[in-house]
Amino acid sequence: MTIQQLSVFVENKHGGMAEITEILKNQDINIRALSIADTTDYGILRLIVDRPEAAVEALKDGGITVTLTDVIAVELPDRPGGLHEAVTALTKADISIEYMYAFLCQLRGRAYVVLRVGDNDRAAGVLQNSGFRQMVTSDLCET
Amino acid sequence: MEQHYFQPEIECAGQEDMKKTQSERLRKMVRNCYDNVPFYRQKLDDMGVKPEEIQSIDDIVKLPFTYKTDLRDHYPYGLVAVPREKVARVHASSGTTGKQTVVAYTEGDVDVWATGAARALAAAGCTTRDYVHVSYGYGLFTGGLGLHYGAEKLGAAAIPVSSGNTKRQVQILQDFGSDFLCCTPSYAAFIGETCRDMGVDTSKLPLRAGIFGAEAWSEGMRENIERLLNIKAYDIYGLSEIAGPGVSFECSEQNGLHVNEDFFYPEIIDPDTGEQLPDGEYGELVFTCIGKEALPLIRYRTRDISALVHEKCACGRTLVRMLKPKGRTDDMLIIRGVNVFPSQIEYVLTQLGLEPNYLIEVDRVDNRDNMVVQVEMSSAMFSDKVRQIETYERQIAGALQSTLNISAEVKLVAPKSLSRSEGKAQRVIDRRKV
Repeated sequence: MTIQQLSVFVENKHGGMAEITEILKNQDINIRALSIADTTDYGILRLIVDRPEAAVEALKDGGITVTLTDVIAVELPDRPGGLHEAVTALTKADISIEYMYAFLCQLRGRAYVVLRVGDNDRAAGVLQNSGFRQMVTSDLCET
Repeated sequence: MEQHYFQPEIECAGQEDMKKTQSERLRKMVRNCYDNVPFYRQKLDDMGVKPEEIQSIDDIVKLPFTYKTDLRDHYPYGLVAVPREKVARVHASSGTTGKQTVVAYTEGDVDVWATGAARALAAAGCTTRDYVHVSYGYGLFTGGLGLHYGAEKLGAAAIPVSSGNTKRQVQILQDFGSDFLCCTPSYAAFIGETCRDMGVDTSKLPLRAGIFGAEAWSEGMRENIERLLNIKAYDIYGLSEIAGPGVSFECSEQNGLHVNEDFFYPEIIDPDTGEQLPDGEYGELVFTCIGKEALPLIRYRTRDISALVHEKCACGRTLVRMLKPKGRTDDMLIIRGVNVFPSQIEYVLTQLGLEPNYLIEVDRVDNRDNMVVQVEMSSAMFSDKVRQIETYERQIAGALQSTLNISAEVKLVAPKSLSRSEGKAQRVIDRRKV
């Protein structure tokens, strides 16, 4: 069970981010979560939004480099050790994590961690078997 | 492939006949220079060379060189050899590397130039039935009017679009049914990209071929243009001091550019010693305007690096070929003592399947030259993982290193953020204070 993440190329220059947020605003796209990987020259903006396909189309039309990536958003109990259990389950199954970031989803009143792993299907199965619920695309929309 | 010639009797002439024409024209030209240009009279007198000593084209080595600075020192009309009433046209160089240089033509010179350009168009397969879309700038720059007159001389139809307003260029390609496109290679690539962005299927256009010049360009750039516009791309060479585009041109063999040597006599010399170099050896290209009257330059140092090949071409032409110039020594960067031509970077990028949009920045950091090549991020290269992008950057840097023999830093920038050129592309920013 995966959701779609937008990965957007952001050049390190004044106004680079505003260019992207303006396009999303104009298309009425709601951002649920974000994280940035930054290097000296550029950043990769990773976004979870309510309507990923519409967002990609709008950004591409605006001349922005963007791709869609399938990621896992795992629901976590809001207590110490909650994340550790999920990570341990993946480690035991020999699944490496490329990157991860957390967000709170007001719609569902829960904490989530987005995980980027090499093999989504296997990771999803491992988490499922360990009792972790995963977010599906429809969880991101208000209806 | 069927061969087209504009003047087969000259383009395929025997070596002796060509030499006879050249010798005759050189004699006449040297006499004209000595009698009418004080600068040349002084130079020949200083060297102790009498015009009557110049009999054969082989005597050309006795003559002095002319440099761009000589044109600047005699700005604007100091080297003109004809009275004012015989001047029919004036052009000027773009002046990107300093004060502009002014060139004058008689009516006959304009015809010589148009003939050169007409031979180029014919060699690319252009016929009297074709529409020639000219997207070079019209004005003091020789590109626009050069190909315009060439197309008319050949008997084809010229469409004088000039450069700029790229969407309109695409519209005209579609609506007017242009068969040939003439502009700088960087603008051709931009027109091709614009077609793609506008959703125009270039395979449906009547456009067959293009003649691109005024910039040094690589084979990778040629493939890029041919793919984007779905045409065959030919190189044309020229410089305003000698005439403009049409000094030399590619034929269907695309194995060097045929020099219109009955008008513009080429030599390759060692730039340090001034000695002529044998066939096949690279050196500085030098031209003598044996076919022109108003500005008859003797042994003009172009600062372009090329080599000559006198063998008969498979296309049937005997006109000497100059190998595709590596670039003008003006454009050449010396980085940590190594010669770097922007066209080499273009080559590396296109070999990696990237579009040839780049900007070279050179700085001096801690007394050491530092070269940064800005490359546009493309969707093919992009990933959500930094590691993967860095691998790509290293791959580009590695390919640059192996081609240039010096290291360069690669900086990825947003797509379309590097400016597209409608004329000659600006590819280098050199911030070193020398």
